[in-house]
Amino acid sequence: MIKFDRVTKRYADGTVAVDDLSLEVPTGEITVFVGPSGCGKTTSLRMINRMIDATEGQILLDGVDVKTIDPPTLRRGIGYVIQQAGLFPHRKIVDNVATVPYLLGWDRKKARDRAMELLERVGLDLKMADRYPFQLSGGQQQRVGVARALAADPPVLLMDEPFSAVDPIVRTSLQEELLRLQAELNKTIVFVTHDIDEAIKLGDRVAVLRVGGRLAQLADPPTLLARPADDFVREFLGRDRGIRRLSFVSDEGLRLRADLTVSASADVSTVRGTDEPWLAVVDGENRPLGWASVKDLPDAGTLADVRLAPYGTFVRGRDSLRGALDAALLSPSGSAIAVDEEGRAEGVATREALDEALGKVAGGVGA
Amino acid sequence: MHEEPLVRWDWIGRNWPSIQVLLADHVVMALVPIVIGLLVALPLGLAGVRWRWLYQPTVGVMNVIYSLPSLAVFIVLIPVTGLATRTTVMVPLTFYAMAVLIPAVVDGLSSVPDHVRQSAVAMGFTPLRRLLQVELPIAVPVVLAGLRVAAVSSISLVSVGALVGRGGLGYLFIDGWQRQFYTPIIVGIVLVVVLAAIADLLLVLAQRLLTPWSRARGAA
Repeated sequence: MIKFDRVTKRYADGTVAVDDLSLEVPTGEITVFVGPSGCGKTTSLRMINRMIDATEGQILLDGVDVKTIDPPTLRRGIGYVIQQAGLFPHRKIVDNVATVPYLLGWDRKKARDRAMELLERVGLDLKMADRYPFQLSGGQQQRVGVARALAADPPVLLMDEPFSAVDPIVRTSLQEELLRLQAELNKTIVFVTHDIDEAIKLGDRVAVLRVGGRLAQLADPPTLLARPADDFVREFLGRDRGIRRLSFVSDEGLRLRADLTVSASADVSTVRGTDEPWLAVVDGENRPLGWASVKDLPDAGTLADVRLAPYGTFVRGRDSLRGALDAALLSPSGSAIAVDEEGRAEGVATREALDEALGKVAGGVGA
Repeated sequence: MHEEPLVRWDWIGRNWPSIQVLLADHVVMALVPIVIGLLVALPLGLAGVRWRWLYQPTVGVMNVIYSLPSLAVFIVLIPVTGLATRTTVMVPLTFYAMAVLIPAVVDGLSSVPDHVRQSAVAMGFTPLRRLLQVELPIAVPVVLAGLRVAAVSSISLVSVGALVGRGGLGYLFIDGWQRQFYTPIIVGIVLVVVLAAIADLLLVLAQRLLTPWSRARGAA
């Protein structure tokens, strides 16, 4: 655990970068520091590994004041990922990754083996190992940066706007990669960003800082979206808070109907009598094919001959209520098809079911 | 009277042993100032980066020294270091080399991107190790570019020393001029140019070997 205890950073010219900050970064979680430029988020991050020293207050790393630890020693035990990756241009990728192990005096072969293992872990082709940084794309360099930070297996990882210099598509994949890695590694991560969407996507907890280095709110993302502490936080969160919050509501409370799916091999006559306007048609393996409009069914034949309307699916138990709502909006039926991890239909979330689930969410916001 | 050929090969043949001596002397007088100049420029350049206020005065002094005509400096030094000694020639050349190399070291160290320096700090490099393993290696291409300029200029300036009695291959120019005999002059010019070309080539090769990472840097 990292604990900020009444930490202030004041520069010689009187500028206060961080003002009386107290918060705890729980072990094994991602805590995001987010805020506009000048809010002291990077300064706060850098006070943890003493790239900047606090003027007042204490930062405790597992109960030990970081000021009592020699900076190089402290830093070798904390992973650090910087914005433009900060790779050493004169070293091959494998040696870049092995930087901290070398500093710790590991045997060269052991350090390189560990580096190769990490390159694989962050999803890089091992052919890259013998290249130089300039031969890699920005996204690949950033992956190397993450691998380098993890090389000596530090319990704590500091990430300073690591994904803000890459294009949005690469950024999304890097973010997902980080979440995947974190699920395996359970590091204590402090992540700095100015992008609130990134903060909400990655953070177990989000600390919103305001200009002048004051903590405005510290909360988990759903709470932040549902109950911003003040106008500053509300404004910083931006539009569509309600919809975005649905990403954090599990679809488990969503009632599914199993009676609305029908096999494509079924004869139209077997379904004509139903009261339902739409039926989800599935193939022999129970995979969705589309929606059949009951009133437009032909006189004869099977459902395989029917022209089907588009459909949307969500993965039951993995996607959020937002995913389910999105899937429903993709189809003229207004309902979403729930599938399992293999893509087989589990049932249908109707408009009524969605309405009921959304009602519960809205009711939970409180005052 | 038959016409005098431009180059008398028989003269070269007869005088080859003494030409070799001059050549060796030339190489030593050109090389030592470069090496000493580099050894002095490194700490001064580091100081110039560490304490920025030091840099401009240093460069100012060096530029004044660089602007002094070499012959004048040689003559002024004679009472101190002696007539026709290597030292008289090498002292000013060392300062000329420093005048080129100090800014090269400073520029080289300044070429280290800030995010690279910061990530080195964050990884836990000690300041000395960061300098030796990160900053200096990254400065190498810029320093080597300065070294190429310094080497070529040093090789050509040694010749001027012939006017104070110690100029390596420069002796051949004086000799040829006094006797109105072109062969030594041509031999001298060719050898100085070849020497400069070899030095330059060696430095380019050194750069290729030392910095395989900088070749296609522009594409990064």
